[in-house]
Amino acid sequence: MPSMKDLQGRDRPTWCPGCGDHGVLNAVKLAMVNYNIEPHQLLIVTGIGCGSKLPQYMWVNGLHTLHGRDIPIATGAKLANHKLYVMTVSGDGNTYGMGLSHLLHAARRNINITSVVQNNQVYGLTKGQYSPTSETGTVTKTSPPPAGAIEQPVRPLALALIAGATFVARGFAKDPRYLADIIGKALMHRGYALIDVLQPCVTFNRVNTYDWYSERVYKVEEQPGGYDPTDFAAALEKAQEWGDRIPIGILYQVERPTYEDHLPAIQEHSLVELGVHRDTAELERLKREFM
Amino acid sequence: MPKNDLTFLLGGEAGQGIESSATGFAKAIAHAGLHIFDLRDYRSRIRGGHNFAQIRVSAEPVTSHRETVHVLLAMTEEAVRRHYPQIPAGGAILYDEAMPVEDAIWEAVQARGIQRFPVPLRKIAEEIGGAAVMMNTAATAAAAGVTQFPFSYIEEIIRVNFGKRGEAMVSANLKVADAAYRYALEHYAAGFDHTIEPIPGAPPRMLLNGNEAFAFGAVAGGCRFAAGYPMTPGSPVLEWLAGHANQYGLVVKHTEDEIAAICMAVGAGHVGARALVPTSGGGFSLMVEALGFAGMSETPVVIYNAQRPGPSTGLPTRQEQGDLLFSLWASQGEFLRVVLAPGTHEEAFEAGWRSFNLAETYQTPVIVLGDHFLATSSRTLEPEALDLSAVKVERGKLLSPAELDALEGEYYRYAITEDGVSPRAVPGHPKAVYVGEGNEHDYQGRIAEEIEDRVALNAKRLRKLETARQSMRPPKRYGPAEAPVMLVGWGSTVMPALEALRILNAERPTAQYLHITDVWPFPAEAVAQALGEARVTIAVENNALGQMARLIRQETGIRLEHFISKYDGRPFSPEYIVRGVREVLHA
Repeated sequence: MPSMKDLQGRDRPTWCPGCGDHGVLNAVKLAMVNYNIEPHQLLIVTGIGCGSKLPQYMWVNGLHTLHGRDIPIATGAKLANHKLYVMTVSGDGNTYGMGLSHLLHAARRNINITSVVQNNQVYGLTKGQYSPTSETGTVTKTSPPPAGAIEQPVRPLALALIAGATFVARGFAKDPRYLADIIGKALMHRGYALIDVLQPCVTFNRVNTYDWYSERVYKVEEQPGGYDPTDFAAALEKAQEWGDRIPIGILYQVERPTYEDHLPAIQEHSLVELGVHRDTAELERLKREFM
Repeated sequence: MPKNDLTFLLGGEAGQGIESSATGFAKAIAHAGLHIFDLRDYRSRIRGGHNFAQIRVSAEPVTSHRETVHVLLAMTEEAVRRHYPQIPAGGAILYDEAMPVEDAIWEAVQARGIQRFPVPLRKIAEEIGGAAVMMNTAATAAAAGVTQFPFSYIEEIIRVNFGKRGEAMVSANLKVADAAYRYALEHYAAGFDHTIEPIPGAPPRMLLNGNEAFAFGAVAGGCRFAAGYPMTPGSPVLEWLAGHANQYGLVVKHTEDEIAAICMAVGAGHVGARALVPTSGGGFSLMVEALGFAGMSETPVVIYNAQRPGPSTGLPTRQEQGDLLFSLWASQGEFLRVVLAPGTHEEAFEAGWRSFNLAETYQTPVIVLGDHFLATSSRTLEPEALDLSAVKVERGKLLSPAELDALEGEYYRYAITEDGVSPRAVPGHPKAVYVGEGNEHDYQGRIAEEIEDRVALNAKRLRKLETARQSMRPPKRYGPAEAPVMLVGWGSTVMPALEALRILNAERPTAQYLHITDVWPFPAEAVAQALGEARVTIAVENNALGQMARLIRQETGIRLEHFISKYDGRPFSPEYIVRGVREVLHA
């Protein structure tokens, strides 16, 4: 079992003091400790944005890729070596903007990867433009007054549910232990898992602050009467609840065969284990197909 | 009487079954020991429009179609109107007797001395087979009858092709074929010059197109993963691989778009599977950002671009070699990509496996530039022509688990080396935990913006350009060394060019052909040396701007004097090249 110290990176995070990404980083490490995942057993594929630098700040296999493309890159990595745990970590602009179609397709495939989305409702690294999850009316440099952002915000958890994700959850960066538990369960889950993380940007988002969220979030399992995460209709309702009350926790989790389960080629060995050599006699036989 | 040297053309509308009938007919003739070159011409629509298959039959190996057509199987009036000018005197048009054709066309046909062979194709199909759709079977059987090609070969193909659909279907098609065959044989064979006679003792041969040859080569080379989005003419590679995935241990993914396709392949390549992305130019355009990521993160991946005319959607089902310079410079920034341009089916097969070796050895993307002509044209090949004993697997500086076990000290993914290639480990080993980086980074893979790191890592990556140049093969030279004219081309142009040389050099050595297969890093020395021995140089390219000629000038300083260009969406014919050369010589 790795310790928190084993997961220490070579470099310290360059994020702003107080940034929600620190909480996400702690949660990822805690999940690895709690669920006994060694650094070489996990590949964290990240997109582009402040939070996507996360693997640089811990000890783990990382692949820091392109804006919006972490999910298909992670999908390819998983299909080639499904014996690795594969996770994506990236922000709301990356995943709900540029990469939204990849998210929906990953969900309907039920590929066995986990996506952690640091959702701060703003573009941080490019300095404060509005994002796909910014509330209507949000004023930024690319959504100037008087109208502010004109579009409706993306409701990522509802989209993921409709698309067929088998694990849909929301965490809060202020509560890394709770988030770590969700991440660990998502990694253990067989199928596509989306974890939307409320992750305050302390520099560019002065509305959706720690306090703003703290006043609103509640854990679904603590609501009176309990909560059944296999109830799709209930999950869809929770996924759209946003405003005075914001649910966190595992909103939905069901079992469905993963994409990899359907591929005869990799039932015994991963593609990487199968290697690069093919039997010449078998290939000679293939020539007969062309005759 | 000319024997075993003729061209059939099956022309009609999409949806009439031309494609499958032509494939069966070509296969039947190949089974009789003859050589085939099968050119396909079709439109970007599912039904209607004029499509054709041009099947050249020869006793000798052939590498291209010829413009001349001896037997036209016309399923529509349009087929007659478009193709009769290709038929010489004594040639024939075979068609359904009830097919209406304008008098003016028949007059022109008659004036050329072309014979008309009406056959009751529809009547036979409907009355004997019970369905008009069997007209295709009737037409190809009639073509066999006219040329006295033994019926047993047609019968064999019908049994194979229709076997899956039940004995009733086989029997109905056989009856239709037999009736049409006998009708044509009895009415027309005696008056027709050309015959096809089986060649006894000929070895069994394969009949395959460039897409199939490339896909087969990729499988032979250990390809385990392919991802793509359907786009003509590259998608048949994806389909072929998908059809063989379970048997040969591959995962083949039809993705949501081309961006996802290359990203999945890069992800698969990063963790150690040989990964391929088949596409065409439009798809490749979408992949460019990820191409750069593969270059920066030093991830092996193979992209097969079966070119078609652009820009934009262009001519989806047609031929062009317009993506050469784009392939060399696609993406922001400077990094090594290897570009191969196979020209024949044998070279397509070889590129299929060799591309993976280059990608892994140099830890970078490899682009294989095919084109529509090579991708879709079928040729007969002896099984040994696709040489499995030549297939080698080279993975460069990939560290095995045992090597990693024995590793002392830290592993650094982007270690600075003299040849620019760093030892590569794939994720999964406790001693090789690292971050693959798309940002500029240091030797450890840490994001780095310092001047020293940028210069060191950029220089390291670009040293691979010179290292990889050592793996590039010199151009191939065909034709007599004393011939004064040197034609210079790349990719599939070699196939009609080789036929053009036969024509041009029939009387005296006139032309040779310099065939550039390894395009980047450019084998500048070898090309310059060959060009230095030529008296007249002519670029031959299926594009308008002479992209290879420009590249040669950029890399060697040598300016090719003349240019035979073609950008009408159709491939070169040998005759077209011959005319071009003669124009240059007589100018």
